[in-house]
Amino acid sequence: MENNYQDAIKKSNPFAKTLMYIFLAFWALVNLFPIYFMFTFSLKSNEEIFGANIVGLPREWLWSNYSRAMGTGNMGLYFVNSLLVTTLAIAISLFAAMMATYAITRIRWKYSKLTNAFFMLGLTIPIQASIVPVYVVLSKLHWLNKYSTLIVPYSAFALSMSILICTGFMVEIPYALDEAARIDGCSLTGTFFRIILPLMKPAVSTVGVYSYLQCWNEFMFANVFISDSAHRTLPVGIKALSGAYTTDWGPIGAALVIATFPTLIFYVFLSRRIQESFIAGAVKG
Amino acid sequence: MNKKSAEIQKGITIFFFLLPALLLFISILIAPIAVSVYRSTYDWNGFSEGTFIGFDNYIELFTNGSIKFMTGLKNSMILAFFSVFVQLPFSLFLALLLGRRPKKERFFLSVFFMPVLISTVVIGQLWLKIYNPDYGLLNRFLEAVNLGNWKHVWVGEVKTALWSIIVPTIWQYIGYHMLLMYAGVKGVSTDLREAAMLDGASPWQIDKYIVIPIIKPIIRVSVIFAVTGSLKTYDLVRILTEGGPFQTTEVPSTLLENMLFLRNRYGMGSTISVMLILLCFAFALAITAIFRERDE
Repeated sequence: MENNYQDAIKKSNPFAKTLMYIFLAFWALVNLFPIYFMFTFSLKSNEEIFGANIVGLPREWLWSNYSRAMGTGNMGLYFVNSLLVTTLAIAISLFAAMMATYAITRIRWKYSKLTNAFFMLGLTIPIQASIVPVYVVLSKLHWLNKYSTLIVPYSAFALSMSILICTGFMVEIPYALDEAARIDGCSLTGTFFRIILPLMKPAVSTVGVYSYLQCWNEFMFANVFISDSAHRTLPVGIKALSGAYTTDWGPIGAALVIATFPTLIFYVFLSRRIQESFIAGAVKG
Repeated sequence: MNKKSAEIQKGITIFFFLLPALLLFISILIAPIAVSVYRSTYDWNGFSEGTFIGFDNYIELFTNGSIKFMTGLKNSMILAFFSVFVQLPFSLFLALLLGRRPKKERFFLSVFFMPVLISTVVIGQLWLKIYNPDYGLLNRFLEAVNLGNWKHVWVGEVKTALWSIIVPTIWQYIGYHMLLMYAGVKGVSTDLREAAMLDGASPWQIDKYIVIPIIKPIIRVSVIFAVTGSLKTYDLVRILTEGGPFQTTEVPSTLLENMLFLRNRYGMGSTISVMLILLCFAFALAITAIFRERDE
């Protein structure tokens, strides 16, 4: 069957097929070009960028752009900040989501459906919705410009999607396992830690990938809540850097590469996994 | 008695498991929204008590032209329009093409999805380099092909500024919607395609009459994401135009931020927040209803 279908496709109009490949290749170039452009201009001098060599490979590979972005541009610090904020936000939201999902899907009680619907509200609520009160409370408590200023909201905003994805995984685990554990005298809490949690490993990466991208790239909260340079994350840092180096593109390019390439390198190795987590996040919603 | 204590025990356990999520969710989302709703009826600078003014903020939002809310809303709607009628059809087209198993299918899929992974701030910075009036790729390209009089200060002119935001926004998320639709297209069984082909259907007919109806629920999700996403736009506007020139490219989120930091009008900021929530929910419900009606 499968082969018949492919044969038929192969037999189809060769002209249309060529056209399709030209189109696919063209669109691939459109999507790859920005990455190529970013990488090459991060290694060029202004002279090359502004005139002598706009889109070619750098004639002279100026790695000093990177040391300037890391040094005076502070990108090293912002990178560490982003990493710290993102990792902790993922850890907190993941753990909270696992626990909540367990209570919702594996313990029988009257309001579990309602509770789930309550958490799912977070999928539609825009994060702008809470920015005014959260900002006022945090500034009254002198809680702006700390790592936790971002970590706590990020974990909250990642929560709904994490619960959604975790539910998808947790209902797949056979309920007989819980029952067996209970018969053996394991408490509900014990069942969660000993039986369910170890079986949820595949969910960790799916949820983690989704939350990672959400937090790593978040700009609005970071831009509003963080004004001192010590706690800036990469997106805010890049904005500050581009303000400081308006006429010097090389270091800005270097900063863009520093912020983007870790994600892209992960993607090269884990593309299927990353795509799956996006599909899990949308299709079940 | 024993049964009752077991019930209580269970209740405590449920509460214990929900506690971290509830704390986060209520303190960062639900309670602030309640406060936003409450404060949207106040003239409030964020620190004093403020005065209750009923629905005056809402009325002012729509009638006071200097707040630019209608401009912001219009811009979001234009963006939503292009998302739904340009971006999504293009994503669907790509998904259908990839569904026909071209060679290097995985490679194309992965490359097309790549812009989604890049931070919008980075995308914005890259496009600034493309739009730069003196050294940007776009003007240089126009010069090179002898279209010098088509050159513009892309992000700085009223005529082109909104376009300079729409193009990268649409481009970046084409791959996202394509991925969702592709997942749906791959879910259509080969048997169905086979049967249609034996009946003499062309590949395009198969897509039109079999694949698209099956992936309709995914298209619905994409439409909801595209519209609510347009309402929430912030990053690219902040990076590319800062809402300018002359506030012509403001969107609700940038106006919200202006209310806090430029005007100290926290009550009005809350009103914008509430309007955003209402609009997101209203559009999500309306789109769901439209799709349901079409099915019947």
